[in-house]
Amino acid sequence: MNKIKRYFNSLFLLELMKGLYLTGRHMFRKKITVQYPEEKTPQSHRFRGLHALRRYPNGEERCIACKLCEAVCPAAAITIESEQREDGSRRTTRYDIDLTKCIFCGFCEESCPVDSIVETRIFEYHGEERGDLLLTKSQLLEIGDKYEKEIATDREADSKFR
Amino acid sequence: MTQIIFYFFGAMLLLSATMVVVIKNPIHAALFLVLSFFSSAAVWLLLNAEFLAIVLVLVYVGAVMVLFLFVVMMLDINLTTLREGFARYFPLGIVIALSMAITMGLVVGSDYFATATYKQVSTTTTISNTELLGRAIYTDYLYQFEIAGAILLVAIIAAISLSMSKSKITKSIHPTEQVNVKKEDRLRVVKMKTENKEG
Amino acid sequence: MLETLYHLISQYILLPLTLFIFPTDYQTEAMIFLQTTIKVIAIVVPVLITVAYFTYAERKVIGFIQGRIGPNRVGLFGFRLWGLGQPIADAVKLIVKEIVIPLNANRQLFVIAPILSLAPALAAWAVIPFDDTKVLADINAGLLYVLALTSLAVYGVIIAGWASNSKYAFLGAMRSAAQIVAYEIAMGFALVGVLIAAGSLNLGEIVSAQSGSLIHWFWLPLLPLFVIYFISGVAETNRAPFDVAEGESEIVAGFHVEYSGMAFSVFFMAEYANMILIAVLSALLFFGGWLSPFQGIIFLEDLFSWVPGMFWLLAKTSIFMFLFLWFRATFPRYRYDQIMRLGWKVFIPITIVWLVVISVLVIVNTPPWFN
Repeated sequence: MNKIKRYFNSLFLLELMKGLYLTGRHMFRKKITVQYPEEKTPQSHRFRGLHALRRYPNGEERCIACKLCEAVCPAAAITIESEQREDGSRRTTRYDIDLTKCIFCGFCEESCPVDSIVETRIFEYHGEERGDLLLTKSQLLEIGDKYEKEIATDREADSKFR
Repeated sequence: MTQIIFYFFGAMLLLSATMVVVIKNPIHAALFLVLSFFSSAAVWLLLNAEFLAIVLVLVYVGAVMVLFLFVVMMLDINLTTLREGFARYFPLGIVIALSMAITMGLVVGSDYFATATYKQVSTTTTISNTELLGRAIYTDYLYQFEIAGAILLVAIIAAISLSMSKSKITKSIHPTEQVNVKKEDRLRVVKMKTENKEG
Repeated sequence: MLETLYHLISQYILLPLTLFIFPTDYQTEAMIFLQTTIKVIAIVVPVLITVAYFTYAERKVIGFIQGRIGPNRVGLFGFRLWGLGQPIADAVKLIVKEIVIPLNANRQLFVIAPILSLAPALAAWAVIPFDDTKVLADINAGLLYVLALTSLAVYGVIIAGWASNSKYAFLGAMRSAAQIVAYEIAMGFALVGVLIAAGSLNLGEIVSAQSGSLIHWFWLPLLPLFVIYFISGVAETNRAPFDVAEGESEIVAGFHVEYSGMAFSVFFMAEYANMILIAVLSALLFFGGWLSPFQGIIFLEDLFSWVPGMFWLLAKTSIFMFLFLWFRATFPRYRYDQIMRLGWKVFIPITIVWLVVISVLVIVNTPPWFN
């Protein structure tokens, strides 16, 4: 009996028909495509995008060149060199992030004791040459200055989970 | 117009047939053989033998030569070893070529094969070539046709049985069995008492 | 309308052209040659446009089935038009791209292969009747001609695979060669069934033999053969679920891995032209070609009598073309040995059995088909 049923099934292509029915039904389902530049999916405030270096409200850069981020970076994308400034505080002379190496894991941000290096929500950036994706300290500070408001609110929203 | 087409395909046939023999690369030779089949089919078309022409393309070009190419491509033919025994086989080749040339001369030249009695089939009949051929095969030449079919069948069965030799080395799998496998054949649901943690 | 256009062209463009250019002795032949050329263009250009938009339709249909909306950006004349400009953009891209010929490839064969795969796909259209009068070459052995030309398509694939000098391409070519030879036999047997039922090899006469009504069409008496023909057609064109010759997941892109730019797109066009050919043949051989589906129904027949026959043929063809896409979106790829089993051990026996059945039906003059 089972064998007859099996032959019936395969000769009349019943299982294939079932599959066709399923996909045919899905043709008329609502489409879930997001029309990207016009529509965007909602973003978390924990989104890890382009890097930035922050400053204190008085304009002093936060980074103290502790090199924790450089050490923790699994992709070895961060290069830091430091020197003593005239006022005796330790500051970076060089802070480079190689975005072609970076895997956007967020460890640098987590390791930073002064919340200096952060990852912003920006993900729509591009480089026209290879060098465009090697960010220097000044570029990173510039990004931080530009988006400081957004960065600050995002940190604020996340503060109770830290 | 017809003459131009005939000479074009005739020249192509001769050229490609020569290339089959002359050219060194076996794949190219096989492809030139395909071309020569094709151009002879075109010549046959000019004789209004459309059934034969199309069947030539269908069977020889479409199936036989594909399998030929299949095998030739799979073999890793070394051209230098292929040419090694040339001097040794040359006399034999000459003899075969001569005998073939003589045979062809007999067919074309003399009335030994009664070529003179062949009638030019009238090409103005309304019945199609295919139908005429079918009638001839299934009425006048039925026995010959059936015998040829039987011989081919025997050949097919022989070839299959040769390739089916059950050597134990092969790790062949049987798709039929695999396709028909059901859940019950492979999966056994076992009822077990749950083990108590305390023991 | 098409006839008037054709007559206008041959009357006012071709006739003066021949009279002007050619010497008097050859004018008739030159005129026939030019008229045939016009007819060929009238067939090939729409086929190629259909090929272009078939790729668009494929992306749309598969997108819809997968809950996406498919291409919708590239429009025409500044309007989006649901992405109707996409095939044109694709064509421009492919034409502009470089054709890379691998260093150790066999140059001549590498270049010839795409042409060999497209040429039979287009040449087979010569015998396709679009209407009871519109056919380029009304030859007696039309069905055989189509079968012979579809069997030639395999050369493009195997030559491409071998000439590329690449292992993936070669594997794809080997798979495709064995597969196409296997399915050609089943396909041939299915067509023999049509031949027995219609009593003719001429495609126009095969369609005429189906006239009467919807149930007079051959799909009903030849249902198993139709199913096998169509599935073999899917296998012959190397389409999913029988696309092991391409097999993206295991052999990258199969026989055309090494091809780029226009050379690749010629393969692509050949594949789609073959699909359209199989679809149009299914419509002609099993679904009454240009015959109206309302034939023989009292009221509807008169209501739809103004619809040209070509419309019905194209409508039926597009249904089968849609089926190709639907199959691709539904079924996972067959394993290679299962494809071989299906072809040799399932399809060929079924077709042979049904050939006997259909012969008996024809001999005893079973109404409504064979009386």
